[in-house]
Amino acid sequence: MEFFQAFANMTAASFAQHMANGISLGSLYAMIAIGYTMVYGILLMINFAHGDIVMMACYFAFFGITVFHIPWFMTFIGTIIATALLGVVIERAAYRPLRDAPKNSVLISAIGASFLLENLANYLFSGRPMRFPDIPLLSQNIAVGGGVQIQAICFVIPVITIISLVVLLHIVNHTKTGMAMRAVSKDYEIARVMGINIDNVISITFAIGSAMAAIGAIMWGIRYPGITPMLGVMPGLKCFVAAVVGGIGNIKGAVLGGFILGLGEILIVAFFPQLSGYRDAFAFIVLILILYYKPTGLLGETTTEKV
Amino acid sequence: MNVLKTNSITMQFGGVIAVNELAIDVNEHEIVALIGPNGAGKTTAFNMITGVYKPTSGTVQYTDVQGNQIDITGKKPSDIAKLGIARTFQNIRLFKELSVYENVMIAKHLHLKANFLAATLHLPGYNKEQAEAEASVEKLLKSVNLWELRNEKASALPYGQQRHLEIVRALATEPRLLLLDEPAAGMNPKETEELTAFIRQIRDQYNLTIFLIEHHMDLVMEISDRIYVLDFGMTIAQGDPQSIQNNQRVITAYLGEDEDA
Repeated sequence: MEFFQAFANMTAASFAQHMANGISLGSLYAMIAIGYTMVYGILLMINFAHGDIVMMACYFAFFGITVFHIPWFMTFIGTIIATALLGVVIERAAYRPLRDAPKNSVLISAIGASFLLENLANYLFSGRPMRFPDIPLLSQNIAVGGGVQIQAICFVIPVITIISLVVLLHIVNHTKTGMAMRAVSKDYEIARVMGINIDNVISITFAIGSAMAAIGAIMWGIRYPGITPMLGVMPGLKCFVAAVVGGIGNIKGAVLGGFILGLGEILIVAFFPQLSGYRDAFAFIVLILILYYKPTGLLGETTTEKV
Repeated sequence: MNVLKTNSITMQFGGVIAVNELAIDVNEHEIVALIGPNGAGKTTAFNMITGVYKPTSGTVQYTDVQGNQIDITGKKPSDIAKLGIARTFQNIRLFKELSVYENVMIAKHLHLKANFLAATLHLPGYNKEQAEAEASVEKLLKSVNLWELRNEKASALPYGQQRHLEIVRALATEPRLLLLDEPAAGMNPKETEELTAFIRQIRDQYNLTIFLIEHHMDLVMEISDRIYVLDFGMTIAQGDPQSIQNNQRVITAYLGEDEDA
């Protein structure tokens, strides 16, 4: 029964630690997955550069604090704005010129944008890992008893995620902009003959998705301080999987998918340390199972193809 | 005074000329029909007017309420919509997953002035505007007996009602010129008759100018002040319903050459 050894040794305190890790990782995945799902909902494309937008946001925050010595909260606000702009610029430069091109061209352009950001970061910031600065309070560990310590940011991450989600759902469901976004995602041709400027709606979508990614990226940096130009690749892939698992195009689905992957990944390693080598495989196994049994994702709508 | 005027607009797709030098004008408060066999280029003409296509050559002119002549050739569909041109589609294009109410509200909403901040904080100006929008949507839906069904998904409505909803949604954008693309498609004679009355009614009630594409000749002949006939992209006839009915070229285009003639 060696396989179940970790079960027997699990104490309440260490279980609490694993849950804290899982929930905070799940929240981070959720924040990033939202960007994938929003862009897909409107443009029906996968923004492969999204993970690299997360990476750029980490560097923005890193340079703001360590090089320019801007107070951390000011840096974070600046990072969110700069990242939102970066998202808008990528859409303008790499996706908008291909608006009427076949879907595959846009997809390839997205992969190109992703490689460009990774290599640009490699060139400008070097491939050497840099250490995300410690943030007062947030980076500290809190003792929760039983000799277990949990980083303060772990308690903040889910709260920020939930607040962001509530604000986002309010925008999407109760504002004119959100209504325009929903209209464009359902049928952009009618949306524009009803007076919706789809270019603006698409820009706003990229801005919001990237701002969410920036919030995720900042918390990511505090939680996992080693930042490299390839930092966004694996989380980007997993968050894309999270969006698909939840039902791509559905914001709540992306959050649900993020939590399932984050918690699942951590708990599997916690209970079966022998499987820790398969940690990254977990997301993709879930993806295969979901695509097999429910191809539209957990909360996805079944759509019938228009003739 | 004309509301819409096209100056020899031509649309070419590769080697195919879909619409050739179309010159129409639609006067204020008129109902003008565009007819012709399938593939004659009618919907292409609509697409050029609403900015979906940019004409290969020629210009489209629109006169707004203040009497300003505006060149709308190749403008964005959204800008053209804001100037007061609304349209419906040949194959019904509702937001299927949204409710009947939301379909109309979306169209209405885009013409509100309140910004994001006002909407979030529910400032007084926003609340007033919102109440007006809600009242206007209610009135529009009641005018087509859809108010009771407002919470149904648009796709759940019977066909005829979906047509009505699409027209009402177009009305919610407060147009001055309404383009209807085959509004009676798939309707039985009774429904077509009701639709004919309905189009007249909204024309008078909302002071509209209407330009429509239709295959139901009963409707076209009854409702139109003037008719343009397209065939293979060419305008082969124009005039009042009486003269079109007796026009030999039109009869030939629809029925084919008479071998005995």
